Order: sequence, then C-alpha cells, then structure tokens
Amino acid sequence: MQTLSEQILSRAAGRTVMAGEVVTVDVDLVMMHDSLSPSIIRVLHEELGAERVWDPERVAVVIDHVAPAASVQTAEKQADVRRWVKSQGIRHLFDVGRGISHPVLVEEGLARPGMVIVGSDSHSTAYGCVAAFGTGMGTTDIALAAATGRTWFRVPETVLVRAEGRFRPGVGAKDLALYATRLLRADGATYAAVEWHGVEFLSIMERMTLATLSIEVGAKAGIVPPVFADPGAIMPPARAEVRRPALQPDFLQVQEGARYSQVLTVDLDRLEPQISAPHTVDNVADLSELGRVAIDVVYLGTCTNGHYEDMAAAARILRGRRLAPGMRMLVVPASAQALQRATADGTLMTLLEAGATIGTPGCGACIGRHMGVLAPGEVCLFTGNRNFRGRMGSPQANIYLASPEVAAATALTGYLTHPQEVEASLPSQV
Amino acid sequence: MARVWIFGQDINTDQIVPGRYAPYMLKNEADLRNYPFVEHRPDFAPGVQPGDLIVAGNNFGCGSSREYAPLALRLVGVGAIVAPLFARIFFRNALNLGIPCFTADLTSTLRDGQEVELRLEEGLIVTDEGQHIQLPPPPAFLRDVWAAGGIVPFYRQYGRFPGEAR
Repeated sequence: MQTLSEQILSRAAGRTVMAGEVVTVDVDLVMMHDSLSPSIIRVLHEELGAERVWDPERVAVVIDHVAPAASVQTAEKQADVRRWVKSQGIRHLFDVGRGISHPVLVEEGLARPGMVIVGSDSHSTAYGCVAAFGTGMGTTDIALAAATGRTWFRVPETVLVRAEGRFRPGVGAKDLALYATRLLRADGATYAAVEWHGVEFLSIMERMTLATLSIEVGAKAGIVPPVFADPGAIMPPARAEVRRPALQPDFLQVQEGARYSQVLTVDLDRLEPQISAPHTVDNVADLSELGRVAIDVVYLGTCTNGHYEDMAAAARILRGRRLAPGMRMLVVPASAQALQRATADGTLMTLLEAGATIGTPGCGACIGRHMGVLAPGEVCLFTGNRNFRGRMGSPQANIYLASPEVAAATALTGYLTHPQEVEASLPSQV
Repeated sequence: MARVWIFGQDINTDQIVPGRYAPYMLKNEADLRNYPFVEHRPDFAPGVQPGDLIVAGNNFGCGSSREYAPLALRLVGVGAIVAPLFARIFFRNALNLGIPCFTADLTSTLRDGQEVELRLEEGLIVTDEGQHIQLPPPPAFLRDVWAAGGIVPFYRQYGRFPGEAR
C-alpha cells in the first residue's frame, strides 16, 4: 500500500518505491519563470554543455515574476528568454499577462494527475491541486532536469491532513491551510509530502490554496486526491502532447493502509478565520484572538489566493459598499482566465465600484519587486503565502496573511475584520 | 582561522537575499556578493571572510527556491553552514553549488565572532579554546557530489544522479 507520492514516484521511477528510498525519476514537465530563466539557460548551455532541452514539448516558460517588465534590465532579460524559447522550439511560452505559472499550467492542461512536475519556484507544490507531484527547485536542478528529463528525489514520508465536516460561513481553504501551518510549524513537513484528505468539495483552484501553502511547512509536495464531490467538476482537458498511456487518471488513488508519518485531523465546523501575523507564516492565531489591528493596504492576489473564486468571494462582501477611508485595495488576478471570468460575470465591476484597483495577472508585489511595494511602517493584509520581513518591500513593513473573505471585510473597515461582522451589517444581503 | 557567524532559527531566503536584490533585478549581477543578509544582518557582507562558518538555528533557508541565496554565500566564500535542519530546496541548492552543509545544532556551543578552524575533510571544528567538535558526515550518496564540487561537475564526471547505480 502506497501514499500518493509513492504511487507517483513509482511510476516515474519505473519500479515500486517507498518512503526513504533515493530514486532517479523521469520528469513529465519542467517549468521555469522569468526570474530564474536567465540563470537556468546559462547553466544549461555553459556549465552542463547541453545545446538543447531534452523535450521542448515538456518545458514551459512563464513570464510572471516581473510582468510587465519594471526596468530596462528585466525587459532585456525577458527579451533574451523569448529569443531562447524560440531557438529551442519551445511552444509553451506564457508571456506577460497570461498569469502565474501554477494556475496557467493547470488551465492549459499541461499539469495533470500523476505527473512529476519540477518548477523553478518554491510554490510548485501547487500542482498537487490536480494530484501531480509538483516540487520547487533552484537554478541548477531545473537546468539539469531540462537538459536530461530526469532528476533525483528521496521518496518522502507523508503527513496526512484530514479535514472533517464543512466550513462555516466566511471560512475556507486558506483558513484550513493556515491552521495546518499553525499545528505543523514552518519545518513540520520538511523533506516530507502533505496529503490533504476530506476536501472533495473544493474546486481545483481552492485546492491550489492548500497545495501552495504546503511549502510553508517545508513540504516537498502537497497533494490533493483527484476526487470531486461535485460531479460537474472536472480537470481541464489534457494537452495532446502531455498524454501518455501510463498516465491514466485511475492509476492514482488513496490506498487503505498507506503509511503516514503523522496524521492531523481538522474539524472544519469549528474552524475560525486564521491570521498569520508578522513575520513567519506559522505565527498563526484565530482572528478573534488578535486585538484591533489597523491595516493600510489590502492585497488580493498570488497563486495561493488570486483565483476567480477568491475575487468572487471578495466581491460578495464588497458588493454595494465602499472601501474604508484611506484604504487601498490591490487586486492582482492569478491568471488571465481568472480575470476574464471575473469580467464576464460582473465580479470585476463590483470590485472596482467598491474602490479596488486591478493589476496585470502575475506575481505582482508578492516578491516585493513592483506593483505595490510596501513603505516602512505600512501594514498590509495579504492573501498570499509569505509574510517574511521585507518580502513585499521595506523590512519595516508588516504583513498579515488571511483569506480573501477576511481581506474584503478588512478593506471595508480598515482593521482586521471577521467577514461575518460586515456581512451582518450589510443593508442588502447577496 | 575562520569566524563564526551565528544566526537564529527559520532564517528564510528573503533574509539571505531579498527578492529585490536578485540578479534579475541588478544592473551588474556580480553585485550579488554585496547582498547576503543585506537587511537582516548588514555587517555580514562587509565583514565575512572566505572560509567563515555560518552556524544557524533550525530550518535554515526556508522559503523560496532562489538559488542566488546560497550563491551569494558562495560568492563571499562561506566555508560551511551548520544547522540542525535545512529547508530542502536550500539544501539541494547548496549541495549543487558545492557548499558543505552539516546537520548539527551548535548555536549554543559556539559564539558569534568566535575564531575556529574548520577541517572539512575530517568534518571537524577546532575552536580557539581547543575544543574539538565532530560534525556528522553527510549521507553517503551525497558525499560524492560534495567531493566533485557540486552537481554539475558530478554529473559531467559520472553521468548519473546522486544515489543512482553506477
């Protein structure tokens, strides 16, 4: 009996492998983004001496980290990357405005159940939202994987997070993930994988919230079983070039008797909105435990919580209301598809009418490089995944992590606010 | 002699090199050597000498996949890093770059600024007070990567991955 990681890595290794073994595996997809691509390309050619990537159909390049370019240097490096992509015959280039690599590769049908996906971004655990073994690596590992189509892993032990019950109003996937981080702490799943069970009712992008935050407990992968409570919910169709006979979706399932190194059970019916206070992600408390915390800017975005569902959740709370005096609210959609959907159904107009503003789909200010960098002394309520000191700009700024619902409620009041507090006072409920 | 630089626990890669100081953002990429711990510990980059030792608390290098964090440490010549636990991406990146990482908690054994001798091949630290501290050896399958000076020379020399049959 095997965990999901053991099943996936067994297929990729071509033999049955169990936690603790060191294996060389075939990778199904290599993702690189604009921030590290220049160095990856250099290592690939100059250090490894490779002329070509091993399979141009299995390399995806996404310009999301500084998109659009913020300076002549970044513009020049992006131009170099585009030229290289063309010279390598790589078709999967997702340029400025298409969005963040993780939702984009899922939407495009490139990330699929059972795949091994390595990305030059620590939040590549995201691909666990479609039951892929996704993991982040640095420049040299990604260059080696792009050159050879292979990499090595120690097969991870697995920490099981089992959710029971249903979320109360105003509570969701972000709160579950932050609560798990609170219990496991920043190193609680280092070298291990996390499996998230009992969340069949979550959409794919809500699952991405869980999967991306898995790295914040140190995990190698964060995988949600490919099972949906809603029969209408399906994986995006696979791109023809990523189909493989061995990748039938039914090869992967939760097996009774699989060995877990730790099991956490979370009662969703009792879960409150969770807040991660400065300056570590595992510094988590119930919202009600914190006193009045004044917020200068609300930032809704990232691969963790910049999805259509997140904008819609915020819009439900903001509809017909205005941001608190002096409040700024930045919304940076995770992908162009999310932005289109929010435009088509009026979500975007609701956000704009409330006083929010919209940025180009991409990573935005999550890495503190552009599009909303924080000043000394500013306090940001962020729907993203890291509140490290200096992460979004000045090291004298403070970042609180929370759900899109808490973000919207906070934007209305100017201080950390439970969504129910403002929903109860709404003149007309949605 | 090497100087000991003590760091706390959960040191993340944003503290090692903030994203705003990435090579991607710099006019001159060689400037990266000026930025390790630029905000977290501004006296580090100007003061560190080749061979110096970083001794940190639990979960060193957590956070992003940015290899320019350990690269910045290599550029200033950090001789080794000792911590009870390394975040996995950082550990792989450091291994790939040939930076020796030892798993041990010496934050209360050594003092910041203390002078020590690091005997890498013996895995031994000898302090200015004559104390001998034996470091645990790295896992056998990784030792050859270190010995080769990183994953690129290892792969070019052997044509295989760590742990793969010869």
